[in-house]
Amino acid sequence: MADIAFLMLIFFLVTTTMDVDTGIIRQLSPPPPPDAPIPDINKRNMMSILVNSHDALLINGKPGDINTLRMEVKDFMSIHPDDPAYPVVEFKSFDYLGEIPVTKGVISLKNDRGTSYEMYIKVQNELAAAFKDLRDDLAMQKFGRKYDKLIDENIIEAINLAIPLRISEAEPEDIGGK
Amino acid sequence: MSRFKKQGSKEVPAISTSSMPDIIFMLLFFFMVTTTMKETTVMVRNTLPGASEVEKLEKKSLVSFIYVGPPHNKTVYGTESRIQLNDRFANVSEIQEFVAKEREARDEVDRKFITTSLKVHEETKMGLVTDIKQELRKSGAFKINYSTRKIVERRM
Repeated sequence: MADIAFLMLIFFLVTTTMDVDTGIIRQLSPPPPPDAPIPDINKRNMMSILVNSHDALLINGKPGDINTLRMEVKDFMSIHPDDPAYPVVEFKSFDYLGEIPVTKGVISLKNDRGTSYEMYIKVQNELAAAFKDLRDDLAMQKFGRKYDKLIDENIIEAINLAIPLRISEAEPEDIGGK
Repeated sequence: MSRFKKQGSKEVPAISTSSMPDIIFMLLFFFMVTTTMKETTVMVRNTLPGASEVEKLEKKSLVSFIYVGPPHNKTVYGTESRIQLNDRFANVSEIQEFVAKEREARDEVDRKFITTSLKVHEETKMGLVTDIKQELRKSGAFKINYSTRKIVERRM
């Protein structure tokens, strides 16, 4: 009996893996129709992040640093009504949240074909962290607990709608070569 | 007081092994529950980049994997990053077909929940990854997952 159990145990040890798959989940947009007009986004509402083939960052035309990216994105996407340096703010009402100000800001991410995948993931990670911070703040303000401590699915959904992951990825360009 | 006097031999009795199958079975069930089957042999080097803001991938059966990285067998396949679909190397143009097949293999109700997990080696250039993403967009597999290692945040 013990032998058979041992045999099966060893079989399972060899053929299976224990790793849990984790990752950054993203939704791709459907390909635009060929005659689609270029969306007109107010310069004020857009934060452009460029990553070149040497993995260097350019944020809104100025050289940036990956370590401060999170703060800069968070600052940009935070609510500042009547300040021309920040995106336009409008009031929208959501279930469970009531009428709250939301920013019209968009993060535009563009990378070169020569950018390393590691750097790309770092940037994506910093963006995700910044949005998570914003959601945390909203959840804290409305419900007194952090976003990932929320239990009610409807509330989570409402916060996701109030602070959507507004990251637009441009088609990459081949500037720096391979 | 003689009542408490020890009688018989002083030798330690042998440990009973009758419960060993139970213990082994318990271990077996533990491993059966916590692990998953290896489905493909990865033929590319696959060191995943680290990230802190990760989500767990739910519903393993609805995930199809695309491996990208420099091949293990350098002498045959070179050092440039390659795409591996199922058990063989493939070109970017074959991804649409792969997605269609993966979709075909799932139940109709589950098809819209299919996630494509990109397991990309960290040194791969974004050019190849972007090509893959464009193909996925064309074939309608919009939900993707950049597979990463979870690292604990060190700042703040």
